[in-house]
Amino acid sequence: MKPEVNNPEIGEKRKSPFKSGALQQILAFASLIVLLLFFSIASPNFFEWSNLMNILLSTSVIGILALGTTFVIITGGIDLSVGTAMTLTSVMTGVFITFWGVPTLLGVFLGILSGGVAGLLVGSAVAKMKIPPFIATLAMMMIAKGLALVISGTKPIYFTDSPGFTDIALGTMIPGVDIPNAVLIFFLMAIVGYIILNKTAVGRYTFAIGSNEEATRLSGVNVDRWKIIIYSIAGLFTGIAGVLMAARLNSAQPALGMGYELEAIAAVVIGGTSLSGGKGTMVGTVIGALIMSVLTNGLRILSVPQEWQTVVVGFVVILAVYADILRRSKAK
Amino acid sequence: MSTVLLKMEGISKGFPGVQALSNVQLELKEGEVVGLVGENGAGKSTMMKILTGIYQKDAGKVLYQGKEIQLSNTKEAQEMGISIIHQELNLAQDLTVAQNIFIGREPRKAFGMLLDEKKLNEDAQRLFDQLNINLNPKDYVADLSVAKQQMVEIAKALSFNSKVLVMDEPTAALTEAEIDALFVIMDRLKKDGVGIIYISHRMEELQKITDRITVMRDGEYIGTVSTKDTTIDEIISMMVGRQIYQSSKPEVHSSTEELVLEVKNLNRGKVLKDINFHLKKGEILGFAGLMGAGRTEVARAIFGADSIDSGEIRINGKPVKIKSPKDAVQHGIGYLSEDRKRFGLMVDMDVKSNIAIATMDSFLGAIGWMKDKKIKTVSEEMVEKLKVKTPSVHQNVRNLSGGNQQKVVIAKWLTRDCDILIFDEPTRGIDVGAKGEIYKLLNELAAEGKSIIMISSELPEVLRMSHRVMVMCEGRITGELSAENASQESIMTYATQRIG
Repeated sequence: MKPEVNNPEIGEKRKSPFKSGALQQILAFASLIVLLLFFSIASPNFFEWSNLMNILLSTSVIGILALGTTFVIITGGIDLSVGTAMTLTSVMTGVFITFWGVPTLLGVFLGILSGGVAGLLVGSAVAKMKIPPFIATLAMMMIAKGLALVISGTKPIYFTDSPGFTDIALGTMIPGVDIPNAVLIFFLMAIVGYIILNKTAVGRYTFAIGSNEEATRLSGVNVDRWKIIIYSIAGLFTGIAGVLMAARLNSAQPALGMGYELEAIAAVVIGGTSLSGGKGTMVGTVIGALIMSVLTNGLRILSVPQEWQTVVVGFVVILAVYADILRRSKAK
Repeated sequence: MSTVLLKMEGISKGFPGVQALSNVQLELKEGEVVGLVGENGAGKSTMMKILTGIYQKDAGKVLYQGKEIQLSNTKEAQEMGISIIHQELNLAQDLTVAQNIFIGREPRKAFGMLLDEKKLNEDAQRLFDQLNINLNPKDYVADLSVAKQQMVEIAKALSFNSKVLVMDEPTAALTEAEIDALFVIMDRLKKDGVGIIYISHRMEELQKITDRITVMRDGEYIGTVSTKDTTIDEIISMMVGRQIYQSSKPEVHSSTEELVLEVKNLNRGKVLKDINFHLKKGEILGFAGLMGAGRTEVARAIFGADSIDSGEIRINGKPVKIKSPKDAVQHGIGYLSEDRKRFGLMVDMDVKSNIAIATMDSFLGAIGWMKDKKIKTVSEEMVEKLKVKTPSVHQNVRNLSGGNQQKVVIAKWLTRDCDILIFDEPTRGIDVGAKGEIYKLLNELAAEGKSIIMISSELPEVLRMSHRVMVMCEGRITGELSAENASQESIMTYATQRIG
C-alpha cells in the first residue's frame, strides 16, 4: 500500500491535552522557567513571595484581556478594542456604583455586562456588516476611549463610598493564604476559557471558523451568529478585566487602557496562537502573559529603565513568533 | 526526432519516514510528449521537483542534452531550459499578463532605475505571436478565464526558451475546446523540438497527445509503453497493480417515482435562467455541461449559498424557503464542493471534528457542553463504514489523500443524515483507484435511498454513474437524457446548444 499518511507524528501530537501547538507551548513554558531562573540568580529579591505575587497581580488584568482576545484571534480576527473597552467598563462600573448608588455586586455584574455589549457591537459589525475585524475593533477602540472620557467627564471616578470594592481585586477569597483575588480570578478565568474553547460547541466553532470559515458556513453552521457570540465572550472577559482594574485602583481611570490591547495580543502570540487563525490554546496565552510580566518585573528589579523594558518585550515577541515559524517549516 | 533530450536514471529520494522514490527512471526525446502517470502519492511530483531543482536527489543521475547536470534551484533549471507549469496557477492576479510573464526579469531603462513597461509589453506580444496565442499583454490576470491564465503560464514557461517543459495536470480546469487549443500549441512545440512531460489523470487525453507513457507506482518505476501499442485498461492496471471497480452502469435502477426535490423556474441574475428539474428518491442525477455552464451555480442556489432572484424549491412535495446553507442542511441537503479544501474541509482540524461539524447540535449536552466520546464513536463508525484510510479519527485531515478527504466530507453529510446529496466534481483530484471506491459509494448511497445530484465535467463519469442526465449551457438546462439515450455525442450536442 502507498503511504496514506505523510506525517504520522502529527496524529500523536494531537493527543496531548493541549491540542495543537503543544511544542510551541513547551517552548514557551521552558522560556518562562529559564526567565524565572535567570532573574532569581541575578537578583536575590526576585524570587520572594511578595514579588511573585506582584508579578501575578500585574499579569491578571492583561492576562484576562489576553484570554478573551485568544478566542477572537483563533477565529482569524483581531481585537484592538479590548484596552479602551476595559476602561469603558471601569467607568461604567463607577457610574453604576458611585453615581447611581447601585449595590456593589449588581454594579459589578452590570459593569461586566457592558463589556459584553461592547463585544456584541463589535461582533455584529464584523459578522453582519462584514467590516474587517481590524477596522471594526479599531473604530470600537476610539469610540470606547471617547465614551470613557465623556461619561466620566475626564475625571477619575472613585469607589471610596463602597467599602469592600477593592477587595474584589486585592482581598483574598481563601482565608489564610496570601493570594490576591485578582490572581485567583485570572486563573479561574483561564480555566473557564479553556473549558469554553475545548469542551463546548462555541469553542469548536471558534477553531472551525478560523480554519475555514467558508467550509464551516457550507456545513450549515450559522457563522455570523457564532462570530457575534465569540466577540461577546471576549467582551465579557474584557468586562471582568475592567472591574478588576477599577477594584485594584479603587477608581475608574478614564485615561488608562490605551495600549493594553497590544500587550494582550503580544501575550496571545507569545503563547503560540496563530494570527492567521485556527490554532491556539488558553494555556499558551496564560504562559505568554506570565512571560511578559516576569520580563517586565525582572528587568525593573535589575534597574533596567522602563523604556528599555519595552524594547526587550518587542524582541521577545519577534523571537517567539520566529520560533513558531521555524517549527512549522521544519514540520513540513 | 530521436535525439535523447533528457534522461533521469536511478533516481532515489527519501523523506524522514518515507522513501518517496527508489530507482526511478525517465527518458524524454526531442519533439516528444511523454505522459507521466501514477496514482496520487506515486512520486510523480517528487520526480518533477527533482528535475526542476526544487528537491535534491539522494542518488541517481540527470542527463540533459548528454551532460550530467546538478540543479540547486528552479531559476537554474529555467535558465538551462527546463520549465514546469504547476497544477495550481502561480500568477499574481493584480498584475498584467506581461508583468507576470517577465516577473523577476523586467526590462529596465534609465540606467536600470525605471521599469521599461513599453518593452515589456512588446516582448510579451512578440512571444504570443511566436506561439500563436491570443492574449493581450496589458490585460489583468484577474480578468482572464482559467484557460487564458493557463496560457499565460505556458507562455511564461516558454519565454525561457525551454527545451523541456513539464506540465502538471494542465487541463484540470479547461473545457474541451480549450483543451483542443492547448493540444494545438503542444503540437507546434513538438515540431520545434521541445520535449514535454505531461502529467495527467485523464486517460483519453494521454491517448490523444502523448507518444509514450511512463508509469509509476509507490515511488517505483513500473514501465514505459508506446501510446500507440497500449490500451487505457493496460495502463490503469499498471498504475494500480490491481483490478479496479469497473461496473459501467449501476446494476439496479432503484430510483422510485417519488419526487424528493423539485426545482421550478429558478433564476439568478445572468448565471441561472429558468432552471426546472426534479430529483427522484434513490436516483443519481448527472449534471453535465462545459465549464461555466452554471452547474455549480445551480447547486449553490439550491443549497442557499447564493441568493436567488426567483423560483420555487419543493422538498418531498412541500415548498421550502432556503436562504442560507443552514436552512438547506435543516431540509436534509448536503453539498460536496468541487474545491474540498476551500469549501468542504477544515484541513487543520482532525477527522472527527470535520465529521461532526454539521451535526454539532446533536452532540451537545447541557449548556453547550460537547459530548466528545459520542463524537468519537460516531466518527469512528463513519470511518469504518466508508473505509476512510486514517490512523485514527484524531488525524488532521491535511494528512489524508484526496480520496480519503472526499470520504470525510461524505461522512459529514451522512452523520447529518442528509437525504439529498449534491456532489460537485466528486472525483476531481482523486487518483484512479480511489475513484472506483467513490463510485461504488455513490451507488451504495443511491441504493440506500439517498438522492444524489452529481455534477461532473468528465463525460465517462457522467455516463457511468447517472440514472438520468441534465445538460446545461450558459445558465440554462438545454437537455435531459435518460441513461439509455445518453452518450458523449448527445451530451456534447446539448452542452454546446447556445440559445439566443
